[in-house]
Amino acid sequence: MWNYSEKVLDLFYNPVNQGTIADTDEPDVAVVYGEVGSIACGDALRLHLKIQESSQVILDARFQTFGCTSAIASSSALTELIKGKTLDEALQITNQDIAAYLGGLPEAKMHCSVMGQEALEAAIYKYRGIEIEHHEDDDGALICACYGVSAPKIRRVIIENDLTTVEQVTNYVKAGGGCGSCLVGIEDILLEVQQERAAIPARVAAEIGEAQAITEVPPRPLTTVQKIKLIQHVLDTEIRPLLIADGGDVELFDLDGDRVLVSLRGACSSCASSTDTMKYAIEAKLRDLVLPTLTVEAVAPQRT
Amino acid sequence: MVIYLDNNATTRIDPEVLDAMLPYLTDFYGNPASMHSFGGQVGAAVQEAREAVAALLGAEDTEIIFTSCGTEGNNTAIHAALAAQPEKRHIVTTAVEHPAVLNVCKHLEKQGYRVTYLSVDSRGQLDLMELEAAMTGGTALVTTMYANNETGVIFPIAQIGAIAKAYGATFHVDAVQAVGKVAIDLRHSPIDLLTLSGHKLHAPKGIGVLYVRRGFRFRPFLLGGHQERGRRAGTHNVPGIIALGKAASLARHHLANVTQEGRLRDRLEQGLLDRIPDCVVNGGGTERLPNTTNIGFKYIEGEAILFMLNKHGICASSGSACTSGSLEPSHVLMAMGLPYTVLHGSIRFSLSRFTTEAEIDQVLAVMPDIVEKLRALSPFNNDQSDWLQGRELARSA
Repeated sequence: MWNYSEKVLDLFYNPVNQGTIADTDEPDVAVVYGEVGSIACGDALRLHLKIQESSQVILDARFQTFGCTSAIASSSALTELIKGKTLDEALQITNQDIAAYLGGLPEAKMHCSVMGQEALEAAIYKYRGIEIEHHEDDDGALICACYGVSAPKIRRVIIENDLTTVEQVTNYVKAGGGCGSCLVGIEDILLEVQQERAAIPARVAAEIGEAQAITEVPPRPLTTVQKIKLIQHVLDTEIRPLLIADGGDVELFDLDGDRVLVSLRGACSSCASSTDTMKYAIEAKLRDLVLPTLTVEAVAPQRT
Repeated sequence: MVIYLDNNATTRIDPEVLDAMLPYLTDFYGNPASMHSFGGQVGAAVQEAREAVAALLGAEDTEIIFTSCGTEGNNTAIHAALAAQPEKRHIVTTAVEHPAVLNVCKHLEKQGYRVTYLSVDSRGQLDLMELEAAMTGGTALVTTMYANNETGVIFPIAQIGAIAKAYGATFHVDAVQAVGKVAIDLRHSPIDLLTLSGHKLHAPKGIGVLYVRRGFRFRPFLLGGHQERGRRAGTHNVPGIIALGKAASLARHHLANVTQEGRLRDRLEQGLLDRIPDCVVNGGGTERLPNTTNIGFKYIEGEAILFMLNKHGICASSGSACTSGSLEPSHVLMAMGLPYTVLHGSIRFSLSRFTTEAEIDQVLAVMPDIVEKLRALSPFNNDQSDWLQGRELARSA
């Protein structure tokens, strides 16, 4: 028998916020739902949101779950976590937050918390008109045919949860839990991520060291070419992998003095209210690793 | 109060069995192989137990080898059968065997053996034509279970054995779930090797038996001392053997009253079908063990049902993915081709001679509410659900 926390059992036996939300045609209110999982996989979640459009605040959240004890408890916990939050705030909630709210989950059941996070994204992206299924399941090679899990999704879960073993990946996204023929593929992705992680600090340090060497002796500002080179490097190694894992992307559009003009792509491009968040996330990183005087502005994506 | 309906997993030790074995944990601790009277009296008790087990099976006492468990019995039987006919490299088994057989077969495939895994139909039953078609002169072994642990479905042992014999193959039967629940008479059977496990028939864990038909060219699996006439080395688990002997005697007597167990099973099964819509009996429509029912409650998941039952003190088991470490649902229910709605929500209730009418009534009282509550949480509440159909119909088509 699984060793569930008291909180898991309490929310399983006494779930809160179960059910659907009817669309009442109230002004300034939108009702939307997102769904993940399937009957084949053995668990599925449909998350219903009631959103105040002007403030982007989640007024109500309810769930319908087909799944085990921890799936039902995770769904219930998710609804408690997101009520009253803005959509951007809700998007910051990770599966680890759901698990923490529950007082922890058995590692083999972590995929239940991941399902909660994905349903939340599905609902919000649907509200914002973003096709989440595209970046989740179709974009990238299918690694686990048994559970339909793609390479980008495995990469994302590895990075976000700091996973180091194939067994952990299986616990989080089920990939590898079926016939087992994809275990080698998962191992390869783990290795890639680990190698990238190991390489990033050295590369950035080298670049910064190079920049400092340029600026310190003799003490003169970076040239435009040097700035562009360094900004591009930090974008490529530090920022883009995270955005790509979430279905978005960013490109350096231009540099005007210390104004960095970027173009948001994919899921980020059509997500108007998240632009500021993206900007600050990008800007903070560039200020930290390139130049403290940089400011970042988003420009419309270029048509090709 | 615990209502224990998971007897196919393990059984409680019968109080009479416990009484019989206790002195062999305390006063009579001699080694039955020792050459002194203190050990000799233990050896005599072991012999009595051997005869009791033989009597249950309709076997001779010299055909009984004590093992540690069903898994050891199955492993030994398969390896012994292959060693007896080393020139033959083909094994026939079924897709619904216990891992103690399936995983040995998969291992042997890597050693160069060819293995045929016979399919089952939606009732969990074998097709004898498929078996016949699989057999060749190079088939060394046919190994099948007597009755399935999850559904209780009983295979046509006599017919399977006849086909195996016609092709000169050894016939091994994993009878772990059947012994004590149905009458078995090996004097009139084509079975060469048969496995049983003590803890499935009210003896403790850690004791089992491998029956080896007289004259079979047996090669031991465990090598060492001369115990069990050199066929299974290792100091005897005397308390376990004494317990198994007593359990076998009790099981012989119980077989005359097994209809009572079957009556309670039927009452439970029909009661659930009457009270709860959208549920089906897995393995219904063919011969089954009298103590087992496996019911699929559509649109909800098995582990959640188990936890709800557990809150009422009711112990059962599920073939759902969430209760297994592998994330895969039951290979038995999958092999039967059940739709996902059924196989993920399947619960096995397995009774014993200790099960009472009041316990069955209690299960019937609580199950409708449990199913209703979980279905109220579920996004799948009928077969017409669009979300359900995308995956479900592909499987059931």
